[in-house]
Amino acid sequence: MNVGAEIQQAFVVCISAVFTQNILLAYFLGLCPFIGVSREIKTAFGLGLAVIFVLTATVMLNWLAYRYVLEPLGLEFFRFILFIIIIAAFVQFTEMAIERFSPFLYQKLGVFLPLITVNCAILGASLFMVIRNYSFIVTIGWGLGSGTGWFLAIMAMAGIRQRLAHERIPRGLQGPGITLIIAGLMALAFIGFTGVLQGR
Amino acid sequence: MADKNAASCATCASPKKKGPCGGKGMLTLKDGVWGINPLAIQVLGICSALAVTNRVETSLVMGAALIFVTVGSNLLVSLLRNYTPHRIRMIAEVAIIATFVILFDQFLKAFYWDLSKQLGPYVGLIITNCIVMGRAEAFALQNPPILSMVDGLANGLGYAAILAIIGFWRELLGTGKVFGLTVLSDHWYAPNQLMVLAPGAFFMLGAVIALFNAIRGPQEEEDKK
Repeated sequence: MNVGAEIQQAFVVCISAVFTQNILLAYFLGLCPFIGVSREIKTAFGLGLAVIFVLTATVMLNWLAYRYVLEPLGLEFFRFILFIIIIAAFVQFTEMAIERFSPFLYQKLGVFLPLITVNCAILGASLFMVIRNYSFIVTIGWGLGSGTGWFLAIMAMAGIRQRLAHERIPRGLQGPGITLIIAGLMALAFIGFTGVLQGR
Repeated sequence: MADKNAASCATCASPKKKGPCGGKGMLTLKDGVWGINPLAIQVLGICSALAVTNRVETSLVMGAALIFVTVGSNLLVSLLRNYTPHRIRMIAEVAIIATFVILFDQFLKAFYWDLSKQLGPYVGLIITNCIVMGRAEAFALQNPPILSMVDGLANGLGYAAILAIIGFWRELLGTGKVFGLTVLSDHWYAPNQLMVLAPGAFFMLGAVIALFNAIRGPQEEEDKK
């Protein structure tokens, strides 16, 4: 495939990852922080940005590691452990780098970075990338799109939950219960985007 | 890890309280399945719980996978607990968990290729499933191997049970079938496709959690007193 076509495919994959195949609302990845950290728009914003950044970068790193290390060695089954180590290491380095070079950014994102290692959206995106056999350029689109999709979903949820804070909710539903049901309604709304792209 | 704490601390102070003092197997077992059910009460590990529950079969396989991984990793973490330096325990736990996940994944690929295809990346995602890590960290690190295995089994069962419930209702309402056999005939029942899609999963889990909390509500207040 030539580069032009690949870039085009990357664009399509990116858009579909944001809307029609949203990583959170269609694939349920990264739900734990989505429910735990979506009470305020401000924190949701910080976490969302951190996810976009880490997800895009680790998907690319993992692609390289998979293609040039695991595949030649025939160790594909080893990818679970290698991916998680790469993610953990990358997050650690990013945290150190940000702390050193940009105290401002560190203040904004610092708290959220350690949380990200255990965010299944990050590992999940890498595993999907392997299963779907994306090329490198398409992988960039996929990472960027999934990260943005997650960001969008958690921002929307935080907005809704801030409004909900003063409502009276039936007791059993308080907390996770109502959050999941709202997520369901959001997923329903996102299904409405399906027509935007024909055939993924 | 911090993620797990953030999610669980609000809903459950009980595992830390009950963990050390419940030195008996049965109590541990009951706790895992009902008292501190990882899915319904602590709301951990929901990512994979929702993705695989559009059919009963895949739900059961996922439940089995989690039981295998929690039991195995709890046993190993517990056996090694006196030899693991405190500072590197996280990475050691991750390595142990990943090993068991790889074992299960390879097993599925070898004998049940179709199921492995359907589960896709979600078997691998057990590694980041907070339940496994949470049990290793909160229980296996402080308790002897056999009791840790029981705890792993209990939590695995609690998880698998909820998965089976959700899977059952989603398949039944979504396709009118259970295990692929038609139960609700399409002469009078129009399958509600929504239940098989993503929103159905969210609604179903939300409902199950609400139900659990509603039943368990008063009991929790007694605990506080």
